[in-house]
Amino acid sequence: MSTWLLLTITGLGLGAMYFLIASGLSLIYGLMGVLNFAHGAFITVGGYAAWWTEVNLFDGIHSVWLRFLLAALLGLVIGGVFAALVELVLIRPLYNRHIEQVLVTVGLSIAFVALVQGIWGPDAKAFAVPGWLHATTTIAGAHIPNDRWIEIATAALVLVLLQLFLRRTRYGLIIRAGVENRAMVTALGIDVRKAFTLVFAIGGVAAAIAGVLGGVYFNVVGPDQGTSLLIFAFIVVVIGGLGSIAGSAVAAMVVGLTQQYVNFYASAGVGDMIVVLLLGVVLLASPRGLVGAFTS
Amino acid sequence: MSRRTVADYVWPLAVFAALALVPQLHISIPKLFDQSISSPGTLQLLAACVLFGALALTYDIQFGYTGLLSFGHALYIAIGVYLSNIAITDWHWNFWVAILFTMGVAFVLATVLGSVSLRVGGIAFAMVTLAFAQAGAVLALKNPHHWTHGEEGLGADYTKLPHAFVGILNTKNLYWLALAFLAAVFFVVRWTAESSPGRVWQAIRENEMRVEVLGMRPHLYKLQAFVLSSTLAAAGGIVYMLLYNGSTLGVTQPNFTLTLLLMVVIGGAGSRWGAVLGGILYTYLNNRLVAVGSSSTVEGLPHVLRTPLSQPLFLLGTIFILIVFFLPGGIAGIAAHGRPSGLRRLEEAIRSDHTLTAPPEEA
Repeated sequence: MSTWLLLTITGLGLGAMYFLIASGLSLIYGLMGVLNFAHGAFITVGGYAAWWTEVNLFDGIHSVWLRFLLAALLGLVIGGVFAALVELVLIRPLYNRHIEQVLVTVGLSIAFVALVQGIWGPDAKAFAVPGWLHATTTIAGAHIPNDRWIEIATAALVLVLLQLFLRRTRYGLIIRAGVENRAMVTALGIDVRKAFTLVFAIGGVAAAIAGVLGGVYFNVVGPDQGTSLLIFAFIVVVIGGLGSIAGSAVAAMVVGLTQQYVNFYASAGVGDMIVVLLLGVVLLASPRGLVGAFTS
Repeated sequence: MSRRTVADYVWPLAVFAALALVPQLHISIPKLFDQSISSPGTLQLLAACVLFGALALTYDIQFGYTGLLSFGHALYIAIGVYLSNIAITDWHWNFWVAILFTMGVAFVLATVLGSVSLRVGGIAFAMVTLAFAQAGAVLALKNPHHWTHGEEGLGADYTKLPHAFVGILNTKNLYWLALAFLAAVFFVVRWTAESSPGRVWQAIRENEMRVEVLGMRPHLYKLQAFVLSSTLAAAGGIVYMLLYNGSTLGVTQPNFTLTLLLMVVIGGAGSRWGAVLGGILYTYLNNRLVAVGSSSTVEGLPHVLRTPLSQPLFLLGTIFILIVFFLPGGIAGIAAHGRPSGLRRLEEAIRSDHTLTAPPEEA
């Protein structure tokens, strides 16, 4: 029972990170038709920016909590700005050329990892976090690391904020309309391109949060951490249905939990493969993912 | 002989024949290679270049000719690299039986996974192939029954390999093997691209819906291209295993496919010479730029310039982005005037992608 509870919470924590990455990917794809391979770079930017500022900028601050929070916050901002710049400089000139946009993000992801390795070396960096995050809370006999709660809470908060933004604000409305039918939105005289930069910035912030939380979860930030998280986020996006935030949230939890349970009860690695199998099954049953299965 | 025959057969044969003479050249080219051309070290590098030229061409069958953007090509190369080696080293099979078995498995697997992944088109296809390749990577890392040896990699049992391919003195044979493989792939691609299914592949790339309207089933043709490309990739994997004397996890990684994509785009998608040239150049630069990065000229530069220059992948990634922006036909595109080539032509494939996942309508 206690093992099961620990696996469940850890699976949800992992799913939370997948969701943070997948939500941005899904929005970007839904609105722009771009499969963003550079999303891994956004994760890395968030993680490294938090690590670097914590070590170099905020080392005078005594409170570990304050230092961590400031570094994390700056990580998000830098992640968002970086993502917006990528959209403006690299994606926008190739407007409507989807393959070329994908290729540019592929090139960026490769060049960026190499650059990070060149500057800070190939080794992962130890990421200092408040001790409380690595302490455990005992619930029903299960010792659960505290960082899991933060991951789940953050993802839930991002989900709520994103839904509020998409449903209650004017820009959210434009983005939702753009996902449905971009040509119509343009025909109504609305400049969708601002929305493009905006979804990239939002996706960048969410990915940067995942980068910081990944640093907490794994204790380190490494140059290729982003890429490895990204692949499962891709799977989550496809299973959830491209363009759907709610679909991504459900699929992220399913994937995170499946990985944890199967990797533990069967054998390490089997869970990862079951997830891929799940993707195959979902696509065979409903090529538009979970969302497609429930709406059509 | 018609001009066509000369361009398609005589020139390539002449080029491959000239390349076959390379191991006999006992000269050294100071800046380009550290050692004499005929030295095993240089030949190993050249063999790798030629092999990657061929592997890039197998990828181009799907990407450049048929318009299928796969992120899982590495899976089939990895099958060639790993399964042949596992059969020889772990199961102590005869070399030739192992090769036949590997090719058979690659063919069946490509058919099964291809028909599943081709149910979706465009970007979703890319993600599904990526996921299958990831499953392969996890499997190789997991080391089932101690067959793959996980992160250590699996060295080949050289007593089982043909003697001509063992030992450093036989590097020239490996070079010839890689070259023969390149020539084989080159002519297979030439032949299939001009055959009637090959014409349908290119029609699918240009406009899939139109092919459907003409009463043909694009799915079957796409599957053909996918299976051909993947099976050839597995054969290339076997050559890779021989060239590097074993199997390591690098070939299973998703980045391995991305590398092939970079090669094809740099050289020119949908062009035989382009893909081959891209593969050769990329492999050469990736190896040589390391030497440039640590050379005295670069060492003397300020830190801001030195760091990026010492990372070959940073330079190659940047070159790749520049090519996508300013030279979408790749290196081969410089030669082709007027006609849209390479990526610009491929765009059509994604735009007419009405199958599923419905990307947003174009404005």
